[in-house]
Amino acid sequence: MNNLLPFVFALPLLGAGVAPLTRRSAWLQRALLLAVPAAVLVFAISLVAETRDGDVVTEQVAGWVPGIAIPFAADTFSALVLLVMAMLILLCSAFLIATGDERDPSVIPLVLVMSGGVFGAVVTADLFNFFVMIEVALIPSYVLITKSAQKAQLAAGRIYLMVNLFGSSILLGGVALVYAVNGSVQLGELAGAGSASGIAAFAGSVVLIALALKGALVPLHGWLPRTYPYTSPAITALFSGLLTKIGIYGLFRIVSVYFDGAESVQTVVLVVCIATMVIGAFGALGQTTMRSILVYSTVSQAGYIAVGLGFFGVTGLAAAIFYLLHEMIVKASLFLSAGAVETHHGTGQINRLGGIARREPLLGAAFLIAALSLAGIPPFSGFVAKFTVVRAAMDEQQYIAAGVAVAVSLITLLYMLKIWNAAFWGHESSDRSERVVSSGGGTVAVTTASQVRIATPLIVPGIVLALVTTSLGLGGEFLLSLAETAAHGLVDSSTYVEALTGR
Amino acid sequence: MTAALVVGLLVAGGVYLVLQPGLIRVTLGFVLIGHALNSLLVAAGGMGFRAVSFIGTSHPDDAADPLPQAFALTAIVITFGVTVYLFGLARAGADDAPDEESES
Repeated sequence: MNNLLPFVFALPLLGAGVAPLTRRSAWLQRALLLAVPAAVLVFAISLVAETRDGDVVTEQVAGWVPGIAIPFAADTFSALVLLVMAMLILLCSAFLIATGDERDPSVIPLVLVMSGGVFGAVVTADLFNFFVMIEVALIPSYVLITKSAQKAQLAAGRIYLMVNLFGSSILLGGVALVYAVNGSVQLGELAGAGSASGIAAFAGSVVLIALALKGALVPLHGWLPRTYPYTSPAITALFSGLLTKIGIYGLFRIVSVYFDGAESVQTVVLVVCIATMVIGAFGALGQTTMRSILVYSTVSQAGYIAVGLGFFGVTGLAAAIFYLLHEMIVKASLFLSAGAVETHHGTGQINRLGGIARREPLLGAAFLIAALSLAGIPPFSGFVAKFTVVRAAMDEQQYIAAGVAVAVSLITLLYMLKIWNAAFWGHESSDRSERVVSSGGGTVAVTTASQVRIATPLIVPGIVLALVTTSLGLGGEFLLSLAETAAHGLVDSSTYVEALTGR
Repeated sequence: MTAALVVGLLVAGGVYLVLQPGLIRVTLGFVLIGHALNSLLVAAGGMGFRAVSFIGTSHPDDAADPLPQAFALTAIVITFGVTVYLFGLARAGADDAPDEESES
């Protein structure tokens, strides 16, 4: 079992290497794109089963002594994140195939390399390797975001590149400082270092700043809405579900292992997260395309996820972990549903769309479920997630955080209803029907985008994820107990550390 | 102290260039920042130990720490790859500085 751990990183890279060889057969390529995340998904399920009691699976590559070997480790937290990420990649790949984006010969290898990077970042137990894995995930994303040579895309790609290169530079600088202070970058050896001395805390906080930038927490969020909406819908879903979340995953890991949940860090995290929730939600209200609303919402929800880190108790972290998994699923569902509309109608401007729910009841239902789940309406997973976050805030007597969380979920409902009312509900927009009349010449039936139904393969991924969020809402107890085990592993990281250092 | 000065100087120059218009300058800025970080990585191993870090060639007390050197090597490769990609982008027309075009 543990021998397989490095392969979650190696397998997608291997797949990416094989991909160009299968270029002759489109079917073989598609099979490759789906088989790799599916294999990792199966592995992640068995990993969750293995770590469900809070055990830690570790692998010191090639059997070197702990501290010298390249370490990989998976506890309940990383197994759960790995599981959801593999599921997202699988469904986004299915969507990529449905939109036909995968016919570009570079897309399949790039998506595979990117997934290899994020999988690797989740299971690595070495700070420097964490940096390398993030780079492995980011470099394909640079290409994916700048790939088609439209002007808007190139400009967005440039901002994306600059910000992320700068972030990676800060991260690398932080790793160097951590090594300089502690003489190691293995997470097990670094346990509690951040709360031991001020200079080590400084080195660690440089890493935290870089991760906050990757995770788009306020005030380092400005780049996200300027870049994510300008790539293809499936890619936006992938970026939002994987790349920003890997930053947040890193925050969790560093705060819990390196800082041991130090009080000073908690305060900063709380303030940052409350600001992130509010600013992201207000940003979403002002947008006019589906995806830019959703991207601002990603910022806002990142605040919700990490606010539990600011409480740093078992309830707080369990809520945060549950929220992280919920948000990855729901946001991907929304992006894929919105992407299906956008691919079909050629626009994401909400005032140019209308009445989609009537023509596409299934898609409408999937979007509505995910939207309500995002806003935290029962019986969907968003309710469980929000409820546990607010409850944890009350337990920790962080009443401001609890109040803001409730208030912002109302704003969340508001901006999701904005999309729903404009694009899915109501009548078809006027300029579209005019076009039908003028080009149709009265009696002649003309097939326009609004009369043809959206192809089923485009709708299915969004629906599957909407079903997942419903089942996680109804059967929330199951995931919540797993999240609690994971939270125990983060609050008291001694099992993780012992497994890594062999002491 | 020398390392700190070098890193500071390189970062200052790099940030200055990154804030300039024109993708070529920005790329060169990131190259400078990359150099700064590599110096930082090497300095993280301790500047006092300079001897060859192979077993049997020098006394372990004098030998340089090989791990930061490996880090720096990895970082160099990543910076190199990204630099090439940025230059490729500049070539493909992402360079949005109008004066840059007329100069070259």
